[in-house]
Amino acid sequence: MSKHTLSVLVENKPGVLARIAALFSRRGFNIDSLAVGPTEHPDISRMTIVVNVEDLPLEQVTKQLNKLVNVIKIVELDPDAAVRRELVLVKVRADSETRSQITEIVQLFRAKTVDVSPDAVTVEATGSSDKLEAMLKMLEPYGIKELVQSGMVAVGRGARSITDRSLRALDRSA
Amino acid sequence: MTEQAAAAPQRGETSPVAEPMTGAQSLIRSLEAVGVETMFGLPGGAILPAYDPLMDSVKVRHILVRHEQGAGHAATGYAQATGKVGVCMATSGPGATNLVTPIADAYMDSVPIVAITGQVASAAIGTDAFQEADICGITMPITKHNFLVTDPAEIPRVISEAFHIAATGRPGPVLVDIAKDALQARTVFRWPPEHQLPGYRPVTKPHAKQIREAARLLTSAKRPVLYIGGGVIKSGATAELRILAELTGAPVVTTLMALGAFPDSHDQHLGMPGMHGSVAAVTALQKADLLFAVGTRFDDRVTGRLDTFAPHARIVHADIDPAEIGKNRTADVPIVGDAREILADLIQAVQAEFASGTATDYAEWWQQLNSWRKTYPVGYDAAPDNMLSPQQVIERIGQLVGPDAIYAAGVGQHQMWASQFLSFEKPATWLNSGGAGTMGYAVPAAMGAKAGMPDTPVWAIDGDGCFQMTNQELVTCALNNIPIKVAVINNGSLGMVRQWQTLFYEQRYSNTVLHSGPEHDGVAQPAQGTRIPDFVKLSEAMGCVGLRCERPEDLDAVIQQAMAINDAPVVIDFIVHQDAMVWPMVAAGTSNDEILAARDVRPDFGDQLD
Repeated sequence: MSKHTLSVLVENKPGVLARIAALFSRRGFNIDSLAVGPTEHPDISRMTIVVNVEDLPLEQVTKQLNKLVNVIKIVELDPDAAVRRELVLVKVRADSETRSQITEIVQLFRAKTVDVSPDAVTVEATGSSDKLEAMLKMLEPYGIKELVQSGMVAVGRGARSITDRSLRALDRSA
Repeated sequence: MTEQAAAAPQRGETSPVAEPMTGAQSLIRSLEAVGVETMFGLPGGAILPAYDPLMDSVKVRHILVRHEQGAGHAATGYAQATGKVGVCMATSGPGATNLVTPIADAYMDSVPIVAITGQVASAAIGTDAFQEADICGITMPITKHNFLVTDPAEIPRVISEAFHIAATGRPGPVLVDIAKDALQARTVFRWPPEHQLPGYRPVTKPHAKQIREAARLLTSAKRPVLYIGGGVIKSGATAELRILAELTGAPVVTTLMALGAFPDSHDQHLGMPGMHGSVAAVTALQKADLLFAVGTRFDDRVTGRLDTFAPHARIVHADIDPAEIGKNRTADVPIVGDAREILADLIQAVQAEFASGTATDYAEWWQQLNSWRKTYPVGYDAAPDNMLSPQQVIERIGQLVGPDAIYAAGVGQHQMWASQFLSFEKPATWLNSGGAGTMGYAVPAAMGAKAGMPDTPVWAIDGDGCFQMTNQELVTCALNNIPIKVAVINNGSLGMVRQWQTLFYEQRYSNTVLHSGPEHDGVAQPAQGTRIPDFVKLSEAMGCVGLRCERPEDLDAVIQQAMAINDAPVVIDFIVHQDAMVWPMVAAGTSNDEILAARDVRPDFGDQLD
């Protein structure tokens, strides 16, 4: 199995997320992570879906997704030519003794302390999965009280935009 | 996208229209504008507003069914027989959920239908209101697309888009769920609407390079088979198929969904492949060096165990749905496009190959095919003395009624016998539930076909199990002058399941004897037992002519008697012997190489080819 990052441009309409989730479930594809949000165009939302499949089933994933009427475009982002980020908020147990050690780790990973209380600190970090994983491993011994993580978002490097042509199509059809 | 947007269906209305009216009136005007002539449905609370203006429509004929499932299958039968989009309508909640089976059925068989359902008022959506069901959520995985409409201004556009999506690309069912308040509100009917479908771009024109490569493979193959599916009928490509087949001389097999795409009587036709296909067709695929698959999807009932299917063959796979290509079997040459355009381009490409000196040589292949065909023809054992065999009944109906009629089948043994023993010469004369295997499909589908093709004889070949699921639509037929014929192949049991019990469950007939009491062991004669219900009386009670045939010597006379009646639906209760089985058979989960021509008879495959 290998991980693939798909950027999916969809119409910003009610129920589209349900259609995509239902399709993955019905066809037996596993979603590793999913993030969805608005784009520069109000009528288009962008989903970043990470799937863990071999190449052949991946082709089925994209073909089946493409059949959804609300899906405008699908691009698989090459990991070497894309910036991929996740966001993590983690609440770590901290007292006066350990707080400075934790702050040091936070600085090493260029993360931020966003909340402090007498017995905990909350850390915000963005980065690749590997980086976040490494940071969490370092924080784990202090005691992780709560952890929340976003799905991955990703964008291709360079000047090219995957939305340009789709936006034109949308404008023409409107 | 713009091509599709610009190509909004504009039949009916010619000049732009903008008229104030209610959402319900706008719905009916929209249906008229996209060219709906016949629809099937049953009203209820949430859809009630739509039924009021429907009463005044002079363009749309609404046929009131007895059960919404009947409306759905009727829409499917109508669509399969006429090639137009079938339409059904129901109310919210249970009305809508009763459409689920026919929608799933149409989805599996790629039949263009539009289902219109009422929904509770938009303010009540999500509150578990009376007769509320999330029908869009429920039908999401079984529709090509669906819409929830709460703004009456969207009705014309959504209806136009629904028909466009249903009919183009790979056809399929589309559901339009309309909130009651949107039907009641005042709005402006504007026509033609502009489509807003930026993500819907079906590809119909095949890639020229792939076509050339396919033609090269076809002309250089030694053992090719044209493996033809229902897409060829749907795209109206039967003429092109015949030209290509005769041009190359390659053998043709037609799947269950494609019966009639190539004449059964044609010498190059090997029959149907699959679980109950002919030995020649199944074996041809197994031994082929090239499968030329058009409008077909390598369904498990055709391939048997996938990893042993057509092991020597390279694959050309042409289909309008890119997701079907490579789904089950990797294609060496994938072609995405409309079957008719693909076959038309292929004819030219093959002619170009021939012009450049290539010549096909299938002589050795045909020798082998003909020997299989001759040694293992599809046939059946005679019935016990003085009893009717189901195959004989179906065969005789086909011979007396002829290939111009439309035949609709239910699901089970009778369906397979109909596929084997009726002769199909023309497209759109065979309606059945292939992918979903929906028992009870035949009667309402035949009703829909007859409503769309009133001058064509329409015969439902049904089983006694299937018949008891949807026979209420015979009332609809009787009341609406839809004189279909129904041949009930009555073996007193759920025959196909019984056959599997015979073969794989040590003849333990658990719950497959239909007419017996609880004490019946399923073996003792006669399984036909109580004859409850009495199909003749039942049919008469529903306004049909009821006939019964029990003896071989009466067979022709009863069929002819039925053929002579054209002012009422006719039901014939054919009492047939219960032990007839469908052969040949590839048992589920096994390789096509394990096909049995009859019980315990494995053909000699000429295994030297392996």
